[in-house]
Amino acid sequence: MNMPAAPAKPPRKLGIKENYALLTRGLGWETSYEPMDKVFPQDRFEGIKIHDWDKWEDPFRLTMDAYWKYQGEKERKLYAIIDAFQQNNGQFNVSDARYVNTLKLFLTGVSPLEYAAHRGFAMAGRNFRGTSARIACQMQSIDELRHAQTQAHTISHYNKFFNGLHDYPHMHDRVWYLSVPKSYFEDAMTAGPFEFVTAISFSFEYVLTNLLFMPFMSGAAFNGDMATVTFGFSAQSDESRHMTLGLEVVKFILEQDPDNIPIVQRWLDKWFWRGYRLLTLVAMMMDYMLPKRVMSWAEAWEMYFEKNGGALFHDLSRYGIRMPKYHEVASKEKDRLSHEAWGTFYNYTQAAAFHTWIPADSEMQWLSQKYPKTFDRLYRPRLEFWREQQAQGKRFYNNTLPMLCQTCQVPMFFTEPDDPTKICYRESDYRDNKFHFCSDGCKDIFDHEPEKYVQAWLPVHQIYQGNCFLPDANPAAPDFDPLAEVLRYYHMQVGHDGHEYLDSPDRRNWEQWTGKPGVAA
Amino acid sequence: MSDAVFIAFQANDETRSIVEAIGADNPQASIVHYPAMVKIDAPGRLVVRRESIENLIGRAFDLRELQVNLISLSGNIDESDDEFVLHWNQS
Repeated sequence: MNMPAAPAKPPRKLGIKENYALLTRGLGWETSYEPMDKVFPQDRFEGIKIHDWDKWEDPFRLTMDAYWKYQGEKERKLYAIIDAFQQNNGQFNVSDARYVNTLKLFLTGVSPLEYAAHRGFAMAGRNFRGTSARIACQMQSIDELRHAQTQAHTISHYNKFFNGLHDYPHMHDRVWYLSVPKSYFEDAMTAGPFEFVTAISFSFEYVLTNLLFMPFMSGAAFNGDMATVTFGFSAQSDESRHMTLGLEVVKFILEQDPDNIPIVQRWLDKWFWRGYRLLTLVAMMMDYMLPKRVMSWAEAWEMYFEKNGGALFHDLSRYGIRMPKYHEVASKEKDRLSHEAWGTFYNYTQAAAFHTWIPADSEMQWLSQKYPKTFDRLYRPRLEFWREQQAQGKRFYNNTLPMLCQTCQVPMFFTEPDDPTKICYRESDYRDNKFHFCSDGCKDIFDHEPEKYVQAWLPVHQIYQGNCFLPDANPAAPDFDPLAEVLRYYHMQVGHDGHEYLDSPDRRNWEQWTGKPGVAA
Repeated sequence: MSDAVFIAFQANDETRSIVEAIGADNPQASIVHYPAMVKIDAPGRLVVRRESIENLIGRAFDLRELQVNLISLSGNIDESDDEFVLHWNQS
């Protein structure tokens, strides 16, 4: 045998810097059978110039052994809590059954994005020729798959007790409001690898996800939903690594060549606005859908974008990067965003997989307090009118279809930056067609790449073109009900998944099973 | 006044000592408790020291363990075996 008689002194333990250097510098090679440009055909066409990939540095310097170790630990903690939650009927300890509607929106709107991110980072990782960039993308791809799985596992328990959670991947690919998150991510995935990581790692994860996960998960905790808090924070612990990567990516690209600066600035402008429009759904969750509220959307925007985001862009100004275009419009909209969105969903809840309702008096009081400039003047009278109508048995449902913005795909309910009483309309002409937009931000994005956005799958257009019916539907039949047929195509059960919360089976079941009121006092 | 960096952890037994150590090492930091979450803001720079945490928990600590309970952060990161630093590069 070749074993030495006396074992040598154990080798010196490597520090994390050396360990990371060996992983990310030692594992790559220059290909010789095929030219590098053919092996990595996608990392040049966007115009980004990289001279030295070795300058890419992941500040966490996470090595694979540590990655598996800590990820394994996170999983063990998470699944132990999910077990305990299920065994103790934790679903009945949430504030009231209205809360579960935030989970419906989350599972159908956000969880499929985690899966899309898993695919997107796998593709980006394949397309970068730098080893450390590939490793970072690989870890993130695995993280995102973990998030999609843990969210499905956690929320599947709620599916046993509440409606609207039964077919989220099917809905994500078809339902009108879910085309907002879906098209956002597909826009990023169909861009080049540098735009993808700038869009997702930087603009979304660094600049905007704090607004999604921090107040929302803290809100879940406040509303007694331990299972969601746990998956949320477990995901967020990976997210902090992703955010850090996002900042490093942008700094790396900017430091490589001055020609990269205008390209990156344009991406930052575009993806800030795309991400901000997507967060409209979060604004509505925070202000209207959490029965117990942690902070308002306006407060979260001030804390996480205006203050923390401001610091970030201040830091980047030394590269010649400025604040994203139209950030001031987002700040002007912060006192109205959630109210406009909730009003719209209140109108269309019969075609949604979650319920809406009029806030209770105490909740309206909270809203007046958080939005002293707008709520009592602009939004309270409308809510009170609807409530009155509802009391007379005339709960309002809007049976027409809204016009959608060609870029963000949100119904065009946003108002003029300087006039919250006037709907904002913008339009562009392209190849003899007119295209409509909710804002200057969305119009700019379209105008720069019209050939991309003319291909958007807009749910309302698709319904009118007859593409959202099952094959056995007959639009020529005298009793044809288009809305009912679209809902059948969506796999939504009329009278269960959507419509008014007060009239819903969810509310009746909640009161019967828990003995607690459907609207917590 | 320099821009703030921040770090946020899940509020639990493991992070209690970490937060205490950060508070002791960064007297200028403000620590705010939210439901299930602790957020620490500091003007310009914040340091997490391995040794300070080890002194409180009475065992060896690898700074990468921070990731298990980390929720979010902002600022440029500089990590070594002994220190985890968040900072903004401002002139």
